[in-house]
This record gives sequence, structure tokens and C-alpha cells, in this order.
Amino acid sequence: MTKRRFPWHIVVFMAPAFLVYTAVMIFPLFNTLRLALFTEIEQTRVFVGLQNFQTLFFDPIWSEQFWNALANNFWFFIIHMLVQNPIGIALAAMLSHPRLRFAALYRSAIFIPTILSFVIVGFAWKLILSPIWGIAPSMLDAIGLKSLFAPWLGREGSALTTLSLISVWQFVGIPMMLIYASLISIPEEILEASEVDGITGMSAFWKIKLPLILPSIGIISILTFVGNFNAFDLIYVAQGALAGPDFSTDILGTFMYRTFFGFQLQLGDPHMGSAIAGAMFAIILVGVCIYLFGIQTRLRRYQF
Amino acid sequence: MYKARSNLLNTAAMHGALILYMIIALFPVFVILINSFKTRRAIFSEPLALPNAETFSWIGYETVAQQGDFFLYFQNSMIVTVGSLFFILLFGAMAAYALSEYRFRGNLLLGLYMALGIMIPIRIGTVAILEMMVATGLVNSLWALILVYTAQGLPLAVFILSEFMHQVSKDLKDAGRIDGLSEYTIFFRLVLPLVRPALATVAVFNMIPIWNDLWFPLILTPSEEVKTLTLGSQVFIGQYVTNWNAVLAALSMAILPVLILYIIFSRQLIRGITSGAVK
Amino acid sequence: MIKKTFALALVGTALGATAAYGQDATLTIESWRNDDLSLWQEQIIPAFEAEHPGISVVFAPTAPTEYNAALNSKLEAGSAGDLITCRPFDASLALYDAGHLAGLDDIEAMSNFSDVAKSAWQTDDGSVTFCVPMASVIHGFIYNADAFAELGLEVPTTEDEFFAVLDAIKEDGSYIPMAMGTNDQWEAATMGYNNIGPNYWNGEEGRLALIAGEQSLTDEAWVAPYATLARWGEYLGDGFEAQTYPDSQNIFTLGRAAIYPAGSWEIAGFNSLADFEMGAFKPPVRSAGDTCYISDHTDIGIGMNAATDNPEAARTFLAWVASPEFASIFGNALPGFFPLSDAPVTLEDPLAQEFIGWRAECESTIRSTYQILSRGTPNLENETWGASVAAIRGTATPEELGAQLQEGLESWYEPQQ
Repeated sequence: MTKRRFPWHIVVFMAPAFLVYTAVMIFPLFNTLRLALFTEIEQTRVFVGLQNFQTLFFDPIWSEQFWNALANNFWFFIIHMLVQNPIGIALAAMLSHPRLRFAALYRSAIFIPTILSFVIVGFAWKLILSPIWGIAPSMLDAIGLKSLFAPWLGREGSALTTLSLISVWQFVGIPMMLIYASLISIPEEILEASEVDGITGMSAFWKIKLPLILPSIGIISILTFVGNFNAFDLIYVAQGALAGPDFSTDILGTFMYRTFFGFQLQLGDPHMGSAIAGAMFAIILVGVCIYLFGIQTRLRRYQF
Repeated sequence: MYKARSNLLNTAAMHGALILYMIIALFPVFVILINSFKTRRAIFSEPLALPNAETFSWIGYETVAQQGDFFLYFQNSMIVTVGSLFFILLFGAMAAYALSEYRFRGNLLLGLYMALGIMIPIRIGTVAILEMMVATGLVNSLWALILVYTAQGLPLAVFILSEFMHQVSKDLKDAGRIDGLSEYTIFFRLVLPLVRPALATVAVFNMIPIWNDLWFPLILTPSEEVKTLTLGSQVFIGQYVTNWNAVLAALSMAILPVLILYIIFSRQLIRGITSGAVK
Repeated sequence: MIKKTFALALVGTALGATAAYGQDATLTIESWRNDDLSLWQEQIIPAFEAEHPGISVVFAPTAPTEYNAALNSKLEAGSAGDLITCRPFDASLALYDAGHLAGLDDIEAMSNFSDVAKSAWQTDDGSVTFCVPMASVIHGFIYNADAFAELGLEVPTTEDEFFAVLDAIKEDGSYIPMAMGTNDQWEAATMGYNNIGPNYWNGEEGRLALIAGEQSLTDEAWVAPYATLARWGEYLGDGFEAQTYPDSQNIFTLGRAAIYPAGSWEIAGFNSLADFEMGAFKPPVRSAGDTCYISDHTDIGIGMNAATDNPEAARTFLAWVASPEFASIFGNALPGFFPLSDAPVTLEDPLAQEFIGWRAECESTIRSTYQILSRGTPNLENETWGASVAAIRGTATPEELGAQLQEGLESWYEPQQ
């Protein structure tokens, strides 16, 4: 650092990503999002300010759907946080056990659902849970629990939870892999030191490893949040764009898609669709900011 | 003595739990695969039975094979996936390095800007993207897909990679600088090898949605020569489809290549994670 | 490094070999009928190309669920095909209004179609037609004739007979009386409400009165079909709430159900899947001697992308689609899609003959929600899906459903206010 010159290398490092990302993603997105401030009257686009948002939040026809989708989306997210991430962490903890045999086999097998497309996942689970095919009923019958079976995907009360669990099934590999990667990168010395202190097994996990992988858990939580509030495909594949029965599985993604692109006789409305997308963006942005400024900075302290 | 037994019990319990979960994970795939080899009647009467001499049938695969050039589709999917991953990892790592290594004005803002993309589904930009591809003549070319997927994958890649780049030891880089290495050499020779596990993770996470995406191939590359495998198999899974042999066969054919790729790739991935681990 | 260069070269060649077009005009057809792919490739397109050397045609279907979204995006951006398969009514009208579909009145062969046939693809004042009508679909019930013979059942003509037949099948227990599910929702409205409904609202009379604002959805004629649908629930087999459309098709064609509330578009598929005799009966009338009404719904047309590079070739193709020759090829290749052309077409499929025979016995109408009434928000067609499902599952009374639909319609449709 003899004298300050313009840091060209930073520009070189940043430029390719910045350019591709700006041109192919940010520009089209904002080109679309600005439509939220317009509406179309007689084939001409008219600027209406925030009126679309007012319609979305306060006109009962729209707001009912919006709040319903938002509430469903939160439930979808809560199930992922409560089921997917703990299972992922538990699996990773078992897999990272130093002397476990067949760990590679387990790890590969459990990750397989994550590589399947939504089309396959939706189709397979609909088959399995279908009262017609009888796979789930006959399996429950085999363990004497046939009376527990119900057409879960077809009932308002259970459809969303069932779909959330299917989604958990599909994506549990992601927290598992991330946590696994950070568990095995914990320095050996730390574990040895704690072993000398007599901390082993479960208590080593809770007292030593867990605090060390907290940053990874933070990343996973925020990725889950973002992923869930952008989710769309599974519900679309399994329940269609109307997210039946009676909109009980409607989440923001399906609501936005239906409005933006239209569906059957319903014509696409890019203006209201963009308003919904704008609302989704705001929700996710708030979540990410809470993470970045509230949680992540605190987690950093534990880093080694 | 007591300790050894409790260890044994522990191990057995772990194996039990992992095997149970493995069954849950694989069961649906298994159901699709076995039924794709059965006659239509057998699919319905005994969905869980393995195909036997009486119920075995290739009919689904024959139907699918008549409908399109699945080898070509597979090749297209490979080119798109590998091409996009290459650019995501290269550009993503470079940008993540710039953001995590150097203090400069606007660093935080730039980081936030790069993260915006994970908060809005890129689908809603479809019309603008398509207009751009039409204007540049990239419609119906695999470059259109590679560009979109690269742009779509970058925010997450930058986000994850900069987390990991923070952890690379400062001393190492400073040693490099004292030895007179350029910033580029430091990045490519010293830093990149150390974040291999993160690169592998990013690669796996991006590979899946790219391979499985239906929307952009449908819009950007619908013509026969550039169809991807996912789009090719979708022909069988429309609203009016009753031919379950063909549906199951198409699904199986869509599963198998990824499965094989993953099995090959997962060794590399795990080796990457373990050998490059920041210890 | 060598490896990388090689890989890049590979990518380069694959990317380069994409945009090769023939020297003559090539027309691409956008369609949602992916089921008909082989039919177009093997019968329709060769017949056209044989007569018109120099024009080649590519049929490029999209899955029906993605069709509207994908097509609209492509039209916006200017990358859509030359010929556009048209959904009926507002979806296509919106495309015309936005300048994406060209007017076709100057094609001479358009005179082969009646005004009714063209009404699904015209501006509201009827001055411009923008798609060539291709086919309509007729609603009714397809039944397993072997099962009916085995149980000694007669085809029902009145509603009482219909439910008596269902009771008899249910009592016997060897067949599921009726194959329909509510998971995908649309069947309940399309094969349920709009199948039996015309007998209640007297077809066109009621439909037009509703559009004019003279009747309302809370009237008996519009509520009573929901009461009838509510009685369907107990005959639909276990777990019908989660039964999907392909499930229903499979249950019926595997011979496990006796009756299938149908649209005629099922005929071709069912012929290839079912190994028993099938028959069809029209929606039963409310009491013996009533005039019968059927839903003979203009379902599919084809128009020209206004931005096409080959307008001449596209018009040639459309004129051919409007010809009696096409009607005959299409009607016989796709039994169940009935040509709308005035030229008489002889259909060979017995089941298709049965359906089309009803045109002579009954008054025809189209689905009540399609014209004009699904223009606003909330969308009446989508609402009808939900309402029909609720009726069948018994989660709301017919009166509640009628009131709820009326409220939605009133909120934006002036004649109903």
C-alpha cells in the first residue's frame, strides 16, 4: 500500500456477476414491478399510484384472498421451521458421527428427494396418498391403523399441512447438507479439548457443536423463509392454480401467479399481479433485514 | 464395559433412525420406478407389487420413445445445467470475494443489491426477459437459458459464498501479498481451493432447480432442437393425460439421469466438503 | 484446460445449430392440445402439406395448464407461433383487443360457419371474427354398458330414474356408481353444474337472461342444480375429495365405476383404454316429457398471430381449416370434438354418433359462465368451480352458494346491479 490507486481488481471481480445479474434479473423484475403502479383502462396504461395496493389490502374481494394466502404461507413456513430444520440437523448430527458406517450411503439416499422435480414429487405423493390407488390406506391397514386414513389432500383442514410435509420431505436434504458441512469443519482440537473436559456424546453436541453451527442454522432459517415465501410449484402441481379445496392451500406464490398470468377464463392482470409480487418482495425484504441486522450480527460472535 | 455397550446401543439407534428415514426418502421414487414397468391394470390392482412375468410391460417406455428424442433432450439439459453452473460459480465466487475481502465505499449496499434477487420470483420478469431474448436473437437457443439461470443463481451463490469467504484466514492472503502475488493470483490460487466445499454446496443447490425448471424452457426454448428433458417429459403430464404407463415411464426417465449424475457427483461433492474443510 | 476448451466448443456447436429454418414458409401452431400431437403429425398436417407444397406446418403444443400464461408471454414479446389455437370467448377476445390476433372475415370459407358457431370468437358487436371455429364438445354421461347389462339397468331419461339407477348400482356394490372427484375442482363445475344445469335454466333462454340481468343466480333455476349436485356426493366412491381427474378417468376405464359424467372429448381416450362396451346418455330431464337441453360448447378455434411473418401462408392454412375436408378429417380423427362447419360430416365412431345425435333431439346451449360473465373479478367461472365442489361435498347449502355467487357477480357486472 504505497499509494492509493484506483482498485481495478475490485471492478474486475464484481463486473461479470453485476452485469449479468442486473441485465437479466434486476432490470426485468423492476420493469415488471413498476406495473404495480399502473392500471389498464381501454387498452391504455394509466398511472394510478398506490391504488392497486389499496385494492389489494382493503377491497374485500382481494384482501380476503391476500390475507388467506399470507396466513397459509406462514403456516407453511412454520411447519418447515419446526419439522424440516430439526430433522435436517438431527440427520446431519448422526451422519457426522466419526465412526458411523454406511454414512455415505445414508447421506446420498436421504438427499435424493431434493434432486427430484416438483412434477415428480407432486405426482408421486398424490399417488401414494390417493384413496383410489390404496397405497397409503393399505399400508396403514398393515399396521392396524386404517381408521386413521382420510383423503388428506382433499380436505380443507389437512390439505395445507399435508403439502407442507411433502415439501419438508423434498427439501430436508438442504439443511442436512449445510449443517453436515459445517459440523465436519469444526476443528478437531476443539472437540478433543472438550473430550478431555469430559464432555462427550449428546452433551458435546448441545454444548460444543450446536453453538458453533448456529451461523449455519441462521443461514438455513433465512433460506427457508425466502424459499417458502417464494414457493409456488408444489402447490401448483398438486392442487392446481386455484389451490383447492376452497383456497385452503393458496399461498402468495400461487395467488400471484394466478393473478398475473390468469387462469382458465380469468384473464391475466399484470398490474394487480405485480402489486402482489411487490407485497411479497416487501415481506421477504423485511425478513431478510431482520436476519441481516438483528440475528446475523449476534451470531457472528460465536464464530471461531 | 458399560460405556462400550451404551455406544453399541447408540450406534444401533442411529442406524435404525437413518434406515427408517432412508426408506421414507426413497419409497415414492421406488413406487414410480416399479410401476413404470407394469401393465396399466397391474398398476392399479397391485401398486406395491414388483413387476412379474405376467405384469411386466415396456409399453410406457415405447410410447415415450416414440414421442421425442430423449437423448437430445438430455444433452440439452446437460449443456444448460453445466454451462449455468460454471458461470454461477465463477462469477459468484469473484463477486463474493470482492464483497467480503475489500472494504470500499458502497460495499454493504452492493451486497444488499446482489441479494435482492432472492426475494422476488424471477418468473414475474418473464415478459421483459423474453423481449430481451427476442431482441438479441437468443430465443430458442440454449444461451438464453444459461443467461437466465446464471442471473437467477448468482444472488444465492454470492450470499452463501461470501459467508464462507469471511472464514478464509487473513494471514494466508497477507502472506501471499507479501510474496508479491497479484490479487487475481491470490483469489484463484489461494482462496478458491479453500472454499471448495462451499462451491460444491452452491453447485448442488443450483443444479437442481435448473435441471428441473419447466417454465423458462417452455417460454424461451420451446422448439424441438433445444427442448430440455423436463420439458420433453412434461408432454405426458398435461391435464388430459390418462396414459399412466407413459406418464410413469416419462417420470422415471426424468428421474434416472439426475439420479445417476447425482450418484457420480455426490462423491466429488463429499470429497470436496471433507478435504477442503476449513480446519 | 484442454477439457474446458473442449467442453466450451461442444457448447458452442450445440448452441449454434439451433435456428435453422426452411426456405419456404414454415407455420408453427400454438396449442394446448398436447394429447393430439400424433394426430396432427400423422394425419392433419400431411393432408395439408400434400395439397400445399411449399408450406410446412409444425404443431407445437404446450400443457393445458401452462398454455395461457406461456402464450400470452410469447405474444407480448413477439416470439409466438404463426397460428394460435383459440380458447373460446374472453381469453381470445382479449388477445384480439390487444392486437395479437388478426381479423379473419375476409377469408371466404368463413361463410361455412353459422353465427352461433362464430359467436365464441367475435367482438361483442359481432363485427369482427378472429378465429376459425374448429370444434365443440357436448356434455353428457358415459356409462359402462356391460355393467348396466349385468345389473339389468335401463338408461335413465329422467332425474328420478337417474337416481334410481345410482341407488341400484350402489346397492349391488360391485361398481362405484359414478366416477368423479373434487380435487381438481373443474370437473364439478364443467361435468357437474354445466352438464345438468341447462335442463334447469332452459338452455339459451336462461343463459341470455342472466347476461341481460333479467335472471339472477339466486333464482330457483340457478340454485336447484346445486341441490341436485349435493345428492351426487354419496355415489362418488370413498375419498372422492382427493380424487383427481386422471384418477376418475382411470377408475372408469378400468371398469371399476359404472357411470362417468363426461364431456365428449373423452371419447377418443376412453376408446383406447376401456375394454368393455360403452354407451352414453344425455343429462336426464327433471320430469318425463320436458324439453331436453344439452351443453354443446364451442370449445376450440384457430386464429392468426397478427405479427406473423407469413400472413399469406397462414391464411391459406386457415382457409383449409374452414373447409369441409378439414371438418371430416378432424371430426373422425378426434371423435368427440364435433366440427362446427355447416357442411355435413359423417362420423364413424358410435359413441360420437350418440353424442352428436342429441343435437337433433334437444336444444343446444353453451356453458353459462363463459360469455361475458367471467370478465370481472371475482371470476364467475372460477367461483362456480368452488361452489360446485362445495355443493357436492355438502359444505354449503345451495341457497348460500347462489347468494354468494350473485354477490360476486353484482360487484362488477352492471346489468346485475
